[in-house]
Amino acid sequence: MTTHPETSTPTVGTPRHAATAEPAEGNVLRRLNQRRRDAQAAVRQRWQGLPKWQRVIAVLAFVVFLYYLPWLGYLPGGAPPRNPVANIQIPPFHLLRTDLGAGGSPWAAVLFTCALYVMVAIGLNVVIGLAGLLDLGYIGFFAVGAYSVAIFGSVDSPVVQALQERFGLSQNWAVGWALCIPIAIVLTSVSGVILGWPTLRLRGDYLAIVTLGFGEIIRIAARNLNGQSGPNITNGPRGISAIPGPEGPPSPDNQIFGLVDAKPWYWLALTLVILMVLGVRRLEHSRVGRSWLAIREDEDAAAVMGVHGFKFKLWAFAIGAVLGGTSGFLFASRYAYIDPNQFDLQLSILFVAMVVIGGSGNMVGVSVGAILLVYLPERFRDLDEWRMLYFGLAMVLIMILRPQGLIPSRRRARELADRAEEVSGGRHRRAEEATINA
Amino acid sequence: MRRINLRAVGLAAAALGLVVAAGCQANTNDGGNQAADYCGKKVGFFGALTGENAAIVIPSRDGAKLAFKQYNEANPDCQLQMVEFDSQGDPDKAAGFAQQVVADQDFLGVIGGAFSGETNGTMPVFQGGGVPMISPSATRVDLSGRPGITVFHRVVGHDGTQSAAIAKFLRDEGATKVFLIDDGSAYGAGLTAELAKRLDEGTPKIPYATDKVQEQQTIFDATVAKIQAEQPDYIFYGGYPREAAPLFRQIRGANITAQLLGADGLYDPALATNTEGAAEGAIITCPCLPASEAGGTFTADFKAEYGTEPGSYGAEGYDAAKVFIDVISGGASTRADVLTGIKAYDKEGASKHIKFDAGGDVDPSVVVVWAYKVEGDGLTPLRALGVQ
Amino acid sequence: MNTLIDHIGQYTVDGVSKGAIYALVALGYTLVYGVLRLINFAHSEVFMVGTFAILVTYTVLDVQQYPALVVAIPTALLGLVVAGLASGGIALAVERAAYLPLRRKNAPPLIFLITAIGVSMILVEVFGLLLPRRIGHLLPEVFGRERAASLSVPYLFERRPVLTIGDTTIDTIHVIVVVAAVVMMIGLDLFINRTRYGRGVRAVAQDPQTAALMGVNQDRVIMLIFVLGGVMAGAAALLWTIRIGNTQSAIGFVVGLKAFTAAVLGGIGNLRGALLGGILLGVVEVYAAAITASIWEDVFAFVILVIVLMFRPTGLLGESLGRARA
Repeated sequence: MTTHPETSTPTVGTPRHAATAEPAEGNVLRRLNQRRRDAQAAVRQRWQGLPKWQRVIAVLAFVVFLYYLPWLGYLPGGAPPRNPVANIQIPPFHLLRTDLGAGGSPWAAVLFTCALYVMVAIGLNVVIGLAGLLDLGYIGFFAVGAYSVAIFGSVDSPVVQALQERFGLSQNWAVGWALCIPIAIVLTSVSGVILGWPTLRLRGDYLAIVTLGFGEIIRIAARNLNGQSGPNITNGPRGISAIPGPEGPPSPDNQIFGLVDAKPWYWLALTLVILMVLGVRRLEHSRVGRSWLAIREDEDAAAVMGVHGFKFKLWAFAIGAVLGGTSGFLFASRYAYIDPNQFDLQLSILFVAMVVIGGSGNMVGVSVGAILLVYLPERFRDLDEWRMLYFGLAMVLIMILRPQGLIPSRRRARELADRAEEVSGGRHRRAEEATINA
Repeated sequence: MRRINLRAVGLAAAALGLVVAAGCQANTNDGGNQAADYCGKKVGFFGALTGENAAIVIPSRDGAKLAFKQYNEANPDCQLQMVEFDSQGDPDKAAGFAQQVVADQDFLGVIGGAFSGETNGTMPVFQGGGVPMISPSATRVDLSGRPGITVFHRVVGHDGTQSAAIAKFLRDEGATKVFLIDDGSAYGAGLTAELAKRLDEGTPKIPYATDKVQEQQTIFDATVAKIQAEQPDYIFYGGYPREAAPLFRQIRGANITAQLLGADGLYDPALATNTEGAAEGAIITCPCLPASEAGGTFTADFKAEYGTEPGSYGAEGYDAAKVFIDVISGGASTRADVLTGIKAYDKEGASKHIKFDAGGDVDPSVVVVWAYKVEGDGLTPLRALGVQ
Repeated sequence: MNTLIDHIGQYTVDGVSKGAIYALVALGYTLVYGVLRLINFAHSEVFMVGTFAILVTYTVLDVQQYPALVVAIPTALLGLVVAGLASGGIALAVERAAYLPLRRKNAPPLIFLITAIGVSMILVEVFGLLLPRRIGHLLPEVFGRERAASLSVPYLFERRPVLTIGDTTIDTIHVIVVVAAVVMMIGLDLFINRTRYGRGVRAVAQDPQTAALMGVNQDRVIMLIFVLGGVMAGAAALLWTIRIGNTQSAIGFVVGLKAFTAAVLGGIGNLRGALLGGILLGVVEVYAAAITASIWEDVFAFVILVIVLMFRPTGLLGESLGRARA
């Protein structure tokens, strides 16, 4: 089963008369677009013109700002924070916070969720953006990561309790948090391989459906493996509580990684995100990344050049699984309680939405998508209920109007321009040519 | 390039200067704490206040609210507040709210969770923050008596008692075959498993077949097919009305005439009306009293306040609130004090005599399980069920 | 296992009638895939819209449960017409609004799939949240509750035994569902194989460029297949309300996935394959639920899907819309 490369036969039914549909308003639009592109090019030139040390300082300053974020502005009416950094007021910025009114979520908690979802976005980007495989069941890997730490690290877990009995260990024994990390990495990468092995030979759209099925199977299995319909591994719908954090099981004695203050969790997540970004960048520019690029563009040609599609796709799945699983791991550690209902299909689809809306193929784009997904419903509370509707609309509009996403990777934009040009002759080429630089 | 650099640096310096100048304002303490140390403190109420399963929770919320209202009217200069959190019975939502409550030191306790699932999810959070819990309706057996948990209490009997009562009822009625369905939730699965055990262990042993459904499921023809094949004379559903309503409808739609049975999770008068008559004659058990049996003036007060009879767990909600009110107004102004007060509590409540054992349960001998029948457009009490 | 073997007849009958409904929905997937190579993710919501159309109609007409036969039959036919129009209309609207612009730009299949998912999300939210908020007060029985609330549709026909073999009972509902589904399918089959428009569909499925050269209007053919698929889904919606009797805004996902599995199982692009696949899937599902528990049902459907795609992606009868026999 060879997969059909994306740029082979054009799909059926492209109307021949499309090429003439560019009336006068296209000119105004085109002019505005041109101005925007010129401005972006100018900024990019200036940036590249700066000497390296200045660029490094700027990036470092940005990173420091990210760490500072939990203290953004100040919380009106609260008790004076203990340290002077938190006292720095930057008046307009405190409006960005989500906890201004009653019922708003704590700001640091929102930041933590943003960081988690950015992790997911980066991992999913490896699968969708870099390797070109649509994965609709990514929540499955997230769940595997979460259950890894829950099943092995929590005294409430049936597996830990079974081990306690078997080996006569104390009731408070469980695998240490740090030890759960390699366990999680192994489990998630294995699950990535298990998903990928039978399915990566399938056509793109079939693969999507199968991955969707995988996500659901993980959730249903987590729900049913509760001792009654299967061996008790996950406690079923009751969920597993008392999941430890870096300091140990949840208790009031935890100084830093407690249940209430989300700031240290956020910093931990942020550090992991930065490490991931650096890692994936290296990957992109390595042999593996270039192989992905080749496979994405034309798998048959890549095979001719000796690039073994299947192996690299499997790598993409495994790496994506580990990244997604790390996010799930942190999620479980922070909230100390997970149950199967948290890992539902809707979230999987929202993950895909955030990646493609943001701009698949580049990490800035997908991160923006992730942040929007988390931040907007929190900041504008009324949005929360409507989030599926708005994201569905955004997905459709963006796919029709700007399929490369809000912040596109230039390579992706070029790919899409090429395809459009195939059907409409030169006219579209001239228009789309410019979007390559967008 | 140089010029641009200078400009950029200058801008940055100016911005930084602005920030520092805008500066470290000393945040004045907002003061505001009144003189009496426990006045103005808060107690949370966790439960499904909206959604398909809200009808089981709202009476206990109303009962609790009544208790607070009565206290506040008698003590206008020192009020206590009840803050509601609509968890919709969802453990994840509840866990999120729980974090908020723990962070806010004005919360001295929580009435909740209403459902076993959310209670289970929030327990470690509340334990971590030392926030005492009194649940009016969470009945899963293993919620109480957990090692390391000191904050959990409940004013309702648990499913060990309820399942024993149901098993006895089935034996008294001479059931020959039971079909057990549960929804996989913490509450439903727990209760149904308990019931299955008792059907096996007592005499005479009653054979049963089982099936599981999911929460939010609405298509039950696989279950219906199984029931048609097994031909039981009693069908028991352990779960909530959201799934029970379409399930019962589809069972009756398939012309199955077995007696329908449910537990306290189904104590929802709307079952009489939103199943197009399918639930007519169904029997629902509940470790909660009919309005006529509640002690003191509770029922009359409730009726005067809300215009209706108290529904499921109304009296229990009232009692849970009363415990907090009595303990806090007795001088407990910290969570630790409140916890001590609850453990020492020993008084007659509207639903039963309230005294908690070490695990957080009330004395099983004061728990009475009642059977109700779905008739007309509501539920009518049948009789109290024994458990032996 | 014993349960299954003891009552295998009953389970089989149930499975066949369930599968017939899957088959009708599967036709929509198969038609679109056969011609456009596109998985129309939004087709499941087309089905859902059909059920809502029926519910609205019955509510407005104040249809009671189990009416007399002289009332029930016209009501059912009316439901069929309404659902067919609604589903067909939505399917067409989705094609025009969402897929047409993509086709014009020759978008890659990934983009089509993502757009289809987005459309599906929008439709679910419109019926689950938007309409209840905006017009809930007008039609409280239909839009009074939000989201996944289960809405009951009055049963039109009582279940009365028609034929009893041993302890297997075939009742009126089984007969109605299977007969109706088969009739619709024969109708569609005749249309595709015997009419001019059907020839156009087959031509475009087989070779779009040549068909265009021969004067077949591709755009019209595409609109036609979406409408046909929608109408079939509308018929499925009616049979659904007759057999199961309820709906909700989220119903599309489960039914759609099963139907898609059925289409793949039978051979995507093959109309008769959709019928075979649907019935087979219905029966296997019921067997699986009997052996384990009904909650593993969905997992079985997924597993079947994966196995078929891995070992025989062309399905049991092979892909063949373009080569449908005359």
